[in-house]
Amino acid sequence: MKLEITVNGRAVSADVPPNTLLSAFIRDHLRLTGTHRGCDTSQCGACTVIANGRSMKSCSVVVGQMQGAAITTIEGLAGKDGELHPMQAAFKECHGLQCGFCTPGMIMSSVDLLTHHPHATKAEICELLEGNICRCTGYENIVKAVQTAQKKMSA
Amino acid sequence: MGANEFVNKPHIGESVRRVEDARFITGQGNYVDDIVEAGQKYAAFVRSTYPHARLTGVDTSAAEEMPGVIRIFTGKDIAGKCGGLPAGWMIVQVDGAPMKEPQRPFLAIDKVRYVGEPVAMVVADTKEQAQNAIESVMVDYDPLDPVIDVHKAANGPALHAEAPDNRCYKWGIGDKAGVDAAFTKAAHITKIDLINNRMIPNAMEPRAANATFSRATGESTLYTTSQNPHLVRLLMCANILQIPETKLRVVAPDVGGGFGSKINVYPEDVGVVWASRALNCPVKWTAERSESFLSDTHGRDHHTHAEMAMDKDGHFLALRVHSDVNLGAYLATFGPAVPTYMYATLLAGQYKTPQLYAEVDAWFTNTAPVDAYRGAGRPEASYVVERIVTRCGWELGLSQDEIRRRNFITEYPYQTPVAMQYDTGDWPKCLDEANKLAEVDSFDQRRKASEAKGLRRGIGYSSYVEACGMGPSRIVGQLGARAGLYESGEVRVNPTGSVTVFTGTHSHGQGHETAFAQLVAARLGVAIENVEVVHGDTNRIPFGMGTYGSRSLAVGGGAIMKALDKIEEKAKKIAAHLLEASDADIEFENGQLTVKGTDKKISFGEVALAAYVPHNYPLEKLEPGLDETAFFDPPNFTFPGGTYICEVEIDPATGVVTIDRFTCVDDFGVIVNPMLVDGQVHGGVMQGIGQALLEEGVYDQETGQLLTGSFMDYTMPRAINLPNFRIGTVCTPCTSNPIGSKGAGEAGAIGAPPAVINAVLDALKPLGVNDIDMPATPFHVWTAIHNAKA
Repeated sequence: MKLEITVNGRAVSADVPPNTLLSAFIRDHLRLTGTHRGCDTSQCGACTVIANGRSMKSCSVVVGQMQGAAITTIEGLAGKDGELHPMQAAFKECHGLQCGFCTPGMIMSSVDLLTHHPHATKAEICELLEGNICRCTGYENIVKAVQTAQKKMSA
Repeated sequence: MGANEFVNKPHIGESVRRVEDARFITGQGNYVDDIVEAGQKYAAFVRSTYPHARLTGVDTSAAEEMPGVIRIFTGKDIAGKCGGLPAGWMIVQVDGAPMKEPQRPFLAIDKVRYVGEPVAMVVADTKEQAQNAIESVMVDYDPLDPVIDVHKAANGPALHAEAPDNRCYKWGIGDKAGVDAAFTKAAHITKIDLINNRMIPNAMEPRAANATFSRATGESTLYTTSQNPHLVRLLMCANILQIPETKLRVVAPDVGGGFGSKINVYPEDVGVVWASRALNCPVKWTAERSESFLSDTHGRDHHTHAEMAMDKDGHFLALRVHSDVNLGAYLATFGPAVPTYMYATLLAGQYKTPQLYAEVDAWFTNTAPVDAYRGAGRPEASYVVERIVTRCGWELGLSQDEIRRRNFITEYPYQTPVAMQYDTGDWPKCLDEANKLAEVDSFDQRRKASEAKGLRRGIGYSSYVEACGMGPSRIVGQLGARAGLYESGEVRVNPTGSVTVFTGTHSHGQGHETAFAQLVAARLGVAIENVEVVHGDTNRIPFGMGTYGSRSLAVGGGAIMKALDKIEEKAKKIAAHLLEASDADIEFENGQLTVKGTDKKISFGEVALAAYVPHNYPLEKLEPGLDETAFFDPPNFTFPGGTYICEVEIDPATGVVTIDRFTCVDDFGVIVNPMLVDGQVHGGVMQGIGQALLEEGVYDQETGQLLTGSFMDYTMPRAINLPNFRIGTVCTPCTSNPIGSKGAGEAGAIGAPPAVINAVLDALKPLGVNDIDMPATPFHVWTAIHNAKA
C-alpha cells in the first residue's frame, strides 16, 4: 500500500505491505531504533509510541490501520533545539532507567499518562504503568520520575 | 591508594547523574538489534518441539525452495567440524571423580534434550523469509520419555550416555563427621524442606547476535548481547571454532539487562558466526520473546532439606544441608559452579555455626540449561539459612531478631566452616538500623489495626551475607574454575587532558560510564564530563572477564585504581622535572601537582601535554605518553551483607499478599555513587519479591513443554507491586580492594525472598499455616489457609 503518515512532525510516504507492524515500520523502514521490541504478546510496552494523541503499543497495530496518522516516537519527544521533554529530564534526574531498553516505551507511556491524568496519585501512576515492564529499576525511580515531571508540567 | 584515603576524595559518595542516560532517554542507544550491516542476511532457528527425542532425520529440501532462503544448516553440517559449548567450571565429586561433562553441539546432532533446543538454522534474505522457512523444515523425532522432576531423574531415561543415572555430580563441602557428632549433642533440632523456584531471567532486551566476516582478513566480528565479550571470544575461539583470537572481534554494545542470563556463550552466537563465515555475508538473529523463554538460561530450581542442631539456648551447633539441583539438559557456562561454590560456601550466613556440611546432587533434566540468575547460588543459600533460622526461633519461642542476635558473628575476619573468610562487617548494627527504619517497635499496633479489618499482618527478617568480586584466581582455579577472575583497566590520558578509561567489565544497566568516571575525576581532578569509559569491544579493551557476581567496582574498579596509581606516579615524575624538584616532593591533589611546602605547582593538564609533547621532558629516564594498564586479581571475595525486614498484609479471603513496607540496611563497604547503589537495591529487591510472590518457570511434568512461555503466563513484577522502600546503609570498608567496595548488584535478589516468605508465614501462623513455597501467589496462600483449616 501507499502509506502516508506523519512521524515526529515529518510527512512520510512509503510503499509497504499493509500488514507491516507499525513497530517494524518505525524500526526497519524509518530506522528509528529508539522504539524497542521486547515481546511478542503486546505485554512489555517497550514499543510504545504516541499515535494521534494516545499511547499505543506499536507492535499491536499494522500500518494498514495507520493511514494518515500522526506518530511521535522517543526520537521526536525533545524540542527542536534538543531541549529535553520534562519527562525525559525527570527520568535522568530521578535515575528512572538503568539498561535503557524499556525506557523509550516507559517515557512515552508516562507522557500519555500525565496528558490524560495530570493529577494522578502515586497509586494511580502505578496502575497506569501496568502495560510497561521494567526488569532493572524495581519501578521505584520510574514512579518518582513521573511524579517529578508531573510537578514540572503542572507548574 | 587505600580505601580510607580514597573515600575522602571529591565526587566519592556523590549521586552524580548518569552520563549514559543522554542517549537512552532520547532513543539513541545502540543495541544489537539496532545494527544493520550492508548486505545483511537473517537467521532463524528450527527448535525442538520435544523435550527428549532421537533425531532420525532433518529434511530441509522443501524449505530450501522457499523464497529468499540462502542456506540451511543442520547438525550434520557441523558434526566433527567444531567443538561443543564448554562449561567454565569443573566440579570434582565427593569420590574424587570429575563431574560428567557431556558434549553440547550448537545444533543438535543425534538427539534433542529440551524443548527449544536448536535443530537447524535457516539463513534468508529477510527475517520474515527465514521465519517462514523454518516452518517447512521437516524434522523426524523418535520421542523418548522426558525427565522433568529432579527427584525422578535417577531412575529416568538417560539424557546423556556419559551420565546413565542423569547425575552430573555429587559434591560436598564441610566436615560430615563433625556435623554428625554435633547433632548427637543437640538439645533441639529444627528441620525444613524448601523449594527454590525456577526463575526465568527475562532481561527486557531479547538476546540478539549479528556476525560479519571479512574474507580479506579472515576476521569475524560478532555483535552480541553479552555481559562478557572477551569470555565469548575466548570460548568461541579456543573451544568451539578453534580459530585464533585475532580472527574474532566480539562487541557487546548497549545491552538491555543481563541478570546472569547473558554470561553464556549461546548456540545462536556460534550459529551466526558459523553462517557468516560459510556464506561470506553478515548474518543476524534476534530472539522473539517466546524464544527467550525457551532458550535463555533459567535460574535457581533447588530442592533442599536442611537441619539445624542447637543447644538449649538456641545457639547453633551444626547445620546439615542436602540439595537436589536441576542443571537442565546441558551444562551452561557457569552452570556447574552456581549450585556448588556460589551456593554452599555461603551457608554459614551471618552466624557462628561451628559445624556445617552440605551435599549437592546435580541432575540433568529435559529442561532449558540452568545458570546464573541475579545472585547465582547465594539467593539459594540465603533462602535456606534465613528460612531455617527464623523457624529455629519460632520453635524455641524466640523472636526473629533474638535468634539472629544470639548467633551473629561479631569478630572479623571470621573463618567459616565452608571455605569463606569474611573480612569485615557489622551485622548487629545492620539489624539495629533495620529495626529502626522498619519501625518494628510499633509493629504490634499495626498488626492489631490489620486484624480489626479482618486482615493478617506479618513481619519477616532476612540477615543475608553474600560473596562478590570472586578471586583470587589461584584459589578459584584449585576449585575448578577454568578462567582467571582478575580484571583489567587502562587509563589513557589524552594530550589535552581528557581521559579515556578502558575496562574489561561490561555495563548493561549498572552505570559504569558514570561510576568509573567518578573514580578518575576523584583521583586526577579531571571533570567527569572529560572522562570517557569504553567497554564491550574486544578490539578496544584489554582482556577482562566482564560483569557478573557484582564484581565490576570491586574488581574492575580495583584495576582502574591500580592504573591510576601508575598514572599518578608518572605524572609526579614529569611534574618534578618541570618544577625542578625531586619526585618525592611532589603532591598530587585536586588536579594540581605541587612541590611540597611551596607554592610551585603545575596542573595535571599541563603535565599531560608535556607527556605527549616532550620538548622539556626527562627522556633519558622516562618514556613519553601517559597511558597505563593494570590488572587486579583480588586477594579474597568481598562480603556484602545486611538485614532486610519485610512487612506484609494478607487478605485471608483472597490470599492476596500486599507488601506494606520493605526495609533494607546493607553494608556495601565504600559507596562511590549512592544513587546507583539505591537503584541496584530497588531492582534486586523487586526481583526477589517477584521470586517470592509472583514468578515461577513451570514445565509440564508429562510433556516437558514450558507452560510459562510468555509474559501472559509468567508473572513479571509491575509497578503495582512496588513496595514502600526504606533504605539505609552501614559501611565497613572491604579490605580486598583499593576502593573498599563490596558490590551491590545482587544483594536485593539475595536478601529479599526469605524476608518476604518469613513475613507471609508470620502472618499466617495464627491460622495454622506452617509452611508455604514460593511463589506465594494468592492461590497458594488461599490454599494454604484453606488446608490448615481442614
